[in-house]
Amino acid sequence: MKNFEYAAPTTEEEALALLAEREDQAAVLAGGTDLVPLMKKWLVTPKRVVNIKNIPSLRGIHAHSQGVTIGAVTTLDELLEAPELEPYPAIKQVIANLGSLQLQCQMTLGGELCRRPQCWYFRNGYGLLGDRGRLVEQGDNRYHAILGNQGPAKFVSPSRLAPALIALGAVVRVAGPGRKETTLPVERLYRTPKDDRQRELTLLGSQLLTHVTLPKLPAGVKNASYEVKHGTGPHPPLATASVALELASSGVVRSARVVMGQVAPVPWRSREAEQVLVGQTVTPDLAEMAGAAAVSPATPLSENAYKVQIAKTAVKRAVLLAAGLETGGF
Amino acid sequence: MAKLDWPEQGKASLLGKRHDRIDGVAKASGAAKYAYDILEDNMVLARVLGCPHAHCRVKSIDVKPALKVPGVVAAEALKKPGDEIQWQGDLVAVVAGETEGAVAEGLAAIKVQYEVLEPFAKDDDLEAAQKAKRTRRAGQSTKLENEPGDEVEDEEAWEEEELRRLFKQCDVVVEGEYGIPVITHMCLEPHGSTCVWQGDKLIAHLSTQNVSGTAGQFAGPLGIPATDVTIHCDFIGGGFGSKFAADVWGVTAARLAKKLGRPVKLMLDRDLELKNAGTRPSGFIKVKVGADRNGVVKVWDSHHWGTNGIGGGVVSQGVIPYVFDPPNRRRRATGIRVNAAPARAWRAPNHPQGAVLSQCAYDDIARALGIDSYEVFLRNLPSVSNGKAEVYREQMEIAARLMDWKAKWHPHGKGPRDGLVVTGLGMAIHTWGGAAHNSTAELKIHPDGSVEISLGSQDLGTGTRTVIALVVAETLGLKPDQVKVNIGWSTYPPSGPSGGSTTVGGVSESSRRAATAALNQLLERVAAKLGVPADRLEAKAGRIQDSQNPKTSVSWKEACSLLGMNPLVAKGEYRRGRTKTNLSSSQVAGVQMAEVAVDTETGVVRMKKFVAVQDMGLIINRKTAESQVLGAAIMGIAYALFEERILDPQTGVFLNAELSDYLLPRLGDVGEIVVHLYEPPSEYQRGVVGLGEPPVISPGAAISNAVCNALGVRVPRLPLTPKRVLDALAKAQG
Repeated sequence: MKNFEYAAPTTEEEALALLAEREDQAAVLAGGTDLVPLMKKWLVTPKRVVNIKNIPSLRGIHAHSQGVTIGAVTTLDELLEAPELEPYPAIKQVIANLGSLQLQCQMTLGGELCRRPQCWYFRNGYGLLGDRGRLVEQGDNRYHAILGNQGPAKFVSPSRLAPALIALGAVVRVAGPGRKETTLPVERLYRTPKDDRQRELTLLGSQLLTHVTLPKLPAGVKNASYEVKHGTGPHPPLATASVALELASSGVVRSARVVMGQVAPVPWRSREAEQVLVGQTVTPDLAEMAGAAAVSPATPLSENAYKVQIAKTAVKRAVLLAAGLETGGF
Repeated sequence: MAKLDWPEQGKASLLGKRHDRIDGVAKASGAAKYAYDILEDNMVLARVLGCPHAHCRVKSIDVKPALKVPGVVAAEALKKPGDEIQWQGDLVAVVAGETEGAVAEGLAAIKVQYEVLEPFAKDDDLEAAQKAKRTRRAGQSTKLENEPGDEVEDEEAWEEEELRRLFKQCDVVVEGEYGIPVITHMCLEPHGSTCVWQGDKLIAHLSTQNVSGTAGQFAGPLGIPATDVTIHCDFIGGGFGSKFAADVWGVTAARLAKKLGRPVKLMLDRDLELKNAGTRPSGFIKVKVGADRNGVVKVWDSHHWGTNGIGGGVVSQGVIPYVFDPPNRRRRATGIRVNAAPARAWRAPNHPQGAVLSQCAYDDIARALGIDSYEVFLRNLPSVSNGKAEVYREQMEIAARLMDWKAKWHPHGKGPRDGLVVTGLGMAIHTWGGAAHNSTAELKIHPDGSVEISLGSQDLGTGTRTVIALVVAETLGLKPDQVKVNIGWSTYPPSGPSGGSTTVGGVSESSRRAATAALNQLLERVAAKLGVPADRLEAKAGRIQDSQNPKTSVSWKEACSLLGMNPLVAKGEYRRGRTKTNLSSSQVAGVQMAEVAVDTETGVVRMKKFVAVQDMGLIINRKTAESQVLGAAIMGIAYALFEERILDPQTGVFLNAELSDYLLPRLGDVGEIVVHLYEPPSEYQRGVVGLGEPPVISPGAAISNAVCNALGVRVPRLPLTPKRVLDALAKAQG
């Protein structure tokens, strides 16, 4: 990797100041599971690396009357073990499915949300939008987007946890630049870049994702995630879905949130699937219809039509799991 | 006199039993040093720059900016302007420096200008290859029961007509397309070396399968005699057929070390390892096969293509159809020149491809006729080309019992459904030579009773060291830990490269011969002392004793003290084809069965159970022999379900040349694996036969057949990914 300055602040303020000095040329290091490989391939060449793992305020899981707040450098392993997260199986199911104890113990919540795409054109140095999307379009796009892929961006959003957090209505606290701080829904962290100047993350170089807050769930809210994986290893799933269903005592769905992962340049919320579910009782047929609705706008590329079927199945099975029904598959 | 022949079956004290590896603790604890672990005082690190383009010409190359980077001590171009580059990752320049950081900055500072040329990367697409003029004929051969009469003028037309007639006579004709892609060797320890000069003499600590045969490969390009080169490799982190050579990077490290007067370590980065240092050729086939109503194949007609890289070679037509040799067949092969590095031998070259390209078609005969695949394989055994029909028959029975085949069998696509999940069975059979390679061993018995044996062999991780210790200990009546095994240095007597399942045969031959010769010398001395003729003496349980009166004996230590001041030295030599032997032979069979489950909604295939029945002549170490088959099964599951080199069809860029993108199974993906080592007296009597390759041959075909049995639909190409399964199901549903 390219030489860099290294800083290990112990407060948020110090970290923000260190980032601001080198705006856009500083990188935040937490678990390093993504940053280090990116730096080794010179895909990211920061002048300064700011390690935030020694900042006590960014660590830990804190339950309160509004929900649960989690520091950004909390590891996924800590989340998996946390009793505070029992009401959120959608999160634990994803972590339990990571397929690598090393990643589970090393990766942080904030880092997981800010991973860069695994798109092999990006990782081979062709940029995120390689030749304005043509490289992916005419190349090997078996793992690429089937939704939201009509612009130059055809990679898939890599975060495994973002769909679950969005389905659960989580918010993030973002500190900086300077003394500013904002709270925004998790989905606002992501965007589909339209040109090479845009990143897929909305965070500025001088900002720090500090905490994630999960809202306290009303009684009757059931949630689950289902990931379709090729093998049990740590490779990205082919498609995932996370759902949160608010069920009336009659079993009728009062409200629903359905979010797919690995299918679009952003975590993909499906209003179509949600509409199918609301007002109905969950049955295998209804889950199937929700899955079909979720992929109804799909525009697969030359090599990834199979992902439409897989994404549909992920939605269907996440709905069934949330409702406590059998998925019928593995 | 001690007999050279192996003990009778059941009479050996060590051979054939389960033994831990003598280097197991060293490996598990990290004490074992691989080439990558070698650290020398004052050493510099070197790395190479790979070309970013799959096909280009170098316009200019300037390494001077690298030399300005602090910490860089050398930078050299490995290509010159005008050179044509034929694959992405080909080595363009090398930088050596004091730290990894300095070397990385140095590599980035090198300025190279390329003229990009049109690449070709579609080895599976025969039509595209023909259009791009990237094909070359790789042979055709026809074998027919009937011969053309004298009046026939156009033999090809006659053959065509004869094949048509033969197919017409068949009760069933199946036409299929099958394929198996290029995969990489994926050695966890990449290729490379640490090179150290002592005056004019080079020591190369090299990750190699070829300790005795590599010195000349360094010496030639360096312009020094081979006597001045020593190769050293105690442990190797994977080779699989890709590590026989010094390679450009090895010679480069040696040259830089000489120039700098300092040791140089040069190991390939992961992506350059995959792009340069070893792949297995692909194979794709179009086949028409005809059989009678019992599934006995009468006629085979095929055309296969694929690539072994830029050379344009292809899977040998000799393995088509594989093991089975029906009475009538025509086969054609076409090689495709792809912008990729030349392939290297991959565990059982040609055979895994042969099995997939042939035995999936045989299984499709069973599917077409609606009969048990087991029956189709059984009924075709009379046509096997290696004369082992009877061995296959017995191995199939054992495998079927272990798999509970009869109870689990259902016709293709007609099994019970558990929700969305279907299960299926598949099988395949294989063959391999595995004759012992040349090997020379020198055994020393010291007057204090300690024993050492030296040979320029290598342990690929499969337990060669332990095998040598067991053979010597068995012969001398000692315990394995009383034998010091010296391998891994080219200064020891030469032993063959570890390729083609030849090593255990080779080192057993030379070790047994050396130990027997040494023992016979020792027995002469003991005979004089005990007053018992030497031919009545035997070495047993740490003593030399009168075989007719075991109480007349001396301890091993006492016997050795008779040697006086100097150690006793004996040589054991084996030359393939020249040395008469009862110790080893060649040719094995082998049967494998797979049981899979497939989620029909996601296309995910899961291994439930895998059964491998394997002969290997006489077994020396049952534990490592089983491990060898287990490892092969896992490697087979890997290429059946996960592995694939993916080249970008437009640019030829190797898209998945990192472990983060190159899929491999985890333990949770391999299911239950059952190994049965087939060793009836008829096998034991054959002596040692190599086991390295055979068990890795059948998994692709067996697993593909199992998936086909589960779904009732053939997924034509490996690996059997969710994409391929769903695409095949969608195609079948129209």
